[in-house]
Amino acid sequence: MSSKIVFKHPLATRWMHWLNFPILTIMIWSGTLIYWANDVYALQIGNFVLFKFFPEVVYKWFNIPYRLGEGMAYHFVFMWAFMLNGFLYACYTLISGEWRDLIPQKGALRESWQVVLHDLGVRKQLPPQSKYNAAQRVSYSAIIVMGFGSVLTGFAIYKPVQLGWLTALCGGYEVARAVHFILTIGYVLFFFVHLIQVIRAGWNNFRSMVAGFEIVKEKEVTDI
Amino acid sequence: MKEIKIEEKEVSKYTRRSWLAFVNLFVLSGAGIAGWRGLSTQPLDGGILGGIPTPLRKGLETNEKLFRSTFNNLKLIKEYPKSEAAKKVRVNGAVGLEEASFEPTQWTLDLQKADNKSQSITLVELKKLPKTEIIYNFKCIEGWSQISWWGGVRFVDFCNHFGLNKEAQMQYVGMCTPDQEYYVGIDRESALHPQTILAYEMNGKPLIAEHDAPLRLIIPIKYGVKSLKRIGSIYFDNEKPSDYWAERGYDYYIGH
Repeated sequence: MSSKIVFKHPLATRWMHWLNFPILTIMIWSGTLIYWANDVYALQIGNFVLFKFFPEVVYKWFNIPYRLGEGMAYHFVFMWAFMLNGFLYACYTLISGEWRDLIPQKGALRESWQVVLHDLGVRKQLPPQSKYNAAQRVSYSAIIVMGFGSVLTGFAIYKPVQLGWLTALCGGYEVARAVHFILTIGYVLFFFVHLIQVIRAGWNNFRSMVAGFEIVKEKEVTDI
Repeated sequence: MKEIKIEEKEVSKYTRRSWLAFVNLFVLSGAGIAGWRGLSTQPLDGGILGGIPTPLRKGLETNEKLFRSTFNNLKLIKEYPKSEAAKKVRVNGAVGLEEASFEPTQWTLDLQKADNKSQSITLVELKKLPKTEIIYNFKCIEGWSQISWWGGVRFVDFCNHFGLNKEAQMQYVGMCTPDQEYYVGIDRESALHPQTILAYEMNGKPLIAEHDAPLRLIIPIKYGVKSLKRIGSIYFDNEKPSDYWAERGYDYYIGH
């Protein structure tokens, strides 16, 4: 028996990943404090409401009502931290060449579907993968694009006159607000799937996002 | 991914290293939580800029400096055709309008000038000035918006007409309701923006009581909270004038 150390996540990636978690949490929480003041969105078919964003019980649970002013204060201060961290991550990923492991390769969508089927237990074999599988590549790239979208739609509703071109680009004030909201729901959904997948992937994988490396036990290879 | 082969006896070294990384993360998380507790339990700023922890207020003031310094007075809010204006204009907030004895026909505007003089201006006088109409998407800080149609005197025309050159050089304009219950402070550039008007008409008709007769501010480049209803007095200052919602934790600037 011998072992190998696989260096998976560089220090910069780990720092920015773990910083992003509380910052994004603060942004989502403070955003909800703002959203509460005009909570008009719902999933509905015609007049039949499937799900209202958000039910009273959710507001009550997270102590949301009547905190609009507070929400804006946190949102418009912590947005700089969110943007700075995201910007540094994007720069680092581009310059270090980490992007090669991240951007979806050819046929990524089809392969992602195979990964999903595998993870749901429908399909036996997992498509071959390098650092990330196709589904990871697609979702991790998407989350960066989404972050960028949140910043753009955020500014579109924050400064709709001074940045009027941006608001127009986002499809107008109301559309920008809706997209800003949908992206946020996207982060929450991502978070839950991510959490489940991390638990499924096991200890070694989780450790690599903290320590940077995996410790892989290998069987002795004997020369023939 | 870089890989290295290690001997079995080296495994414990890496295991130790990984635990150290967990300890680091744990300690840093603790520091983060302590920082968060420290921030959210800071004494609230009092006075004109109240209602939120001081560091957040400092952050909002930094934002204000940034956005004031890049403010472009020539950027106009989008205007719409009259046909798109809402017939039923939403009413939000009644602070400063609850004075039972208020009589719109007896109203005059109290203009406070720089040399401690004041001037009473009637609606008839104001209506003699050129009328400007604007149909725009009125935005409430709560998140809703509505296209509405207003008519009145541009604030910049008002300043020119009443010889407020010296006053208009000051950093802020303050306005408050006759009962002084609601009040706003507006930075000079936004007040002098070409679409800022002292409105006496809505949907082509004189203002109705709720919106609010006889004269109100319409400042499209700010959220609705700054569009004070029923103006009692107007004054100018280099210091920030009191602002009802800023005292309750809102951003003072809240400009678009």
